[in-house]
Amino acid sequence: MTSDELFQREREFIFSRCWIYLGHESEVERPGDYRRRTVAGRPLFFTRGRDGQVRVFLNSCPHRGALICRRDEGNAEVLQCFYHAWSFNMDGDLIGVPDQEAYGPHFDRDELGLKEPPRVESYRGFYFVSFNSHVEDLVSYLADAKEYLDLIVDQTEAGMRVVRGSNKYTMKANWKLLVENSLDGYHLVPTHQTYLDYISSLGADDSGQTASARIVGKARALGNGHCVIESPVRSGRPIAHWHPLFGEEAREPIARIRQRLVDEYGEERAFRMADTSRNLIIYPNLVINDIMAITVRYFEPLAPDNMEVTAWHLAPREESESMLATRLDSFLTFLGPGGFATPDDVEALESCQTGFRATETEWSDISRGMLRPAKSTDELQMRGFWRQWHANMQGFTHTNVQDAPAPAIETEAEVELALASDN
Amino acid sequence: MTTASQPTLREQVEDFLFKEAALLDDWRLDDWVDLFTDDGRYVVPTTDLPDGDPQRDLVFIDDDITRLRARAVRLNSRHAHREYPWSRTRRFISNVRVEETGDGELAVSSNVLVYRFRAGEGNPYVGSVHYILRRGGGAFRIAYRRAVLDLEALSWHGAVSIIF
Repeated sequence: MTSDELFQREREFIFSRCWIYLGHESEVERPGDYRRRTVAGRPLFFTRGRDGQVRVFLNSCPHRGALICRRDEGNAEVLQCFYHAWSFNMDGDLIGVPDQEAYGPHFDRDELGLKEPPRVESYRGFYFVSFNSHVEDLVSYLADAKEYLDLIVDQTEAGMRVVRGSNKYTMKANWKLLVENSLDGYHLVPTHQTYLDYISSLGADDSGQTASARIVGKARALGNGHCVIESPVRSGRPIAHWHPLFGEEAREPIARIRQRLVDEYGEERAFRMADTSRNLIIYPNLVINDIMAITVRYFEPLAPDNMEVTAWHLAPREESESMLATRLDSFLTFLGPGGFATPDDVEALESCQTGFRATETEWSDISRGMLRPAKSTDELQMRGFWRQWHANMQGFTHTNVQDAPAPAIETEAEVELALASDN
Repeated sequence: MTTASQPTLREQVEDFLFKEAALLDDWRLDDWVDLFTDDGRYVVPTTDLPDGDPQRDLVFIDDDITRLRARAVRLNSRHAHREYPWSRTRRFISNVRVEETGDGELAVSSNVLVYRFRAGEGNPYVGSVHYILRRGGGAFRIAYRRAVLDLEALSWHGAVSIIF
């Protein structure tokens, strides 16, 4: 959490070898649209070409290295490097070199197009890059996390889109603390009491239980370091669990959405999509929370004690204006850095990081729930992440690592038995 | 010897803004919320979309009066951990412009610099704040307050944990 040496090793053994999230297809809707990103330390941009294909380029001029794309987003037919005015079309071809004759007759423009990352693949609209040309295909890498992306994307008929406006903020904390925090059901009640109080004051919690006694969901390790916690929904979900706060006029449209899910996917899967929520981590640094709104949260480690976080909001394209407004409202109240919860997560993580300056603090304890089938307030999901991290840091690829072994004790009766025998 | 003269409209508005700033720096948040009309709204757009519309775009803050009161309750509690203990803030307000919009309302804009000090660090929030003010009972009330950050990201503070 504090070591520069391990941080450099993470860059090499994790961020330069795994699949790393880049962006969503809806961010470059029209030909010529582009977005600039920093991914695994590298300046990149992605764009949609005239042929409709999404392409990803290293944001560095093949001539002398300057940044080609100097805005965070836009639309262009040609990008020209300001330094020596080499020009490139949105397919990455070098199309203009001032005074080209000076390079002699063997100068080959075709060899000097924009460079692409070694691997680019997408799954259902989510684009990932890898700087490891030997990495396995993205779908295999996603392992059981694939199903959870399906659970999100299948909620919409017309496809998901990234809503305009993103949350960009920095936490002066190690990036792995945000992995843990994003999947930490245990901290909800103590850390976010003011948020829960606010929600109760609105009458939005219909779980019928006090915060500390409510039913908790399950935690799962999904293989390859991906993990999830899944919980019963405690207030409304735009897809597709009506709640009085949505208003009477929303009841019918939400019932229709729900019926479509049942028709298309069956009762059981429809139940999961509509009546449960989930917090998912795609190893190593992508979090997708499919809760009262859907957030896509990416974090870029800057130093052992610093990271840059960007969060986007995903919504179905066909969603009505009023339901989108409700969804946005939920997002900024809970998930945004101006809301009633995220500022306190920032505080918690920075507080841990400061606490680690007491170098005698050698261990974080994530043993919660080891002796029972893991609930969403347990820490199995963190152990899944850390096992993967540990293997990667020793130089193993993810394929060398198995899921967390099944707990030695499976049922509550066995737990009681074990506890009794301990006494 | 000075001649007593009526303060100009801009001076009146400036007095109001300075009073508002003092309430916020003194953490008198309930009094601050009382400056708003019942249909008042407080909006902070994201750093990458300063013209964001809360109805269809993601913003940082979009409070109606209910949520504004809840925000004050939260910040007054001991459980808004990012602001407990409270940070120290100091607000500087300048470049105030006032326009009468004809329906008894004023469109006001100002440049704002808020220094926030906490946990060994001090950094500014910089931006502009745009108001729609209404006159009522011999005082101004805030019908709309849109605070637009010039920052490219929340790089120093990690959040908008105070009222900007």
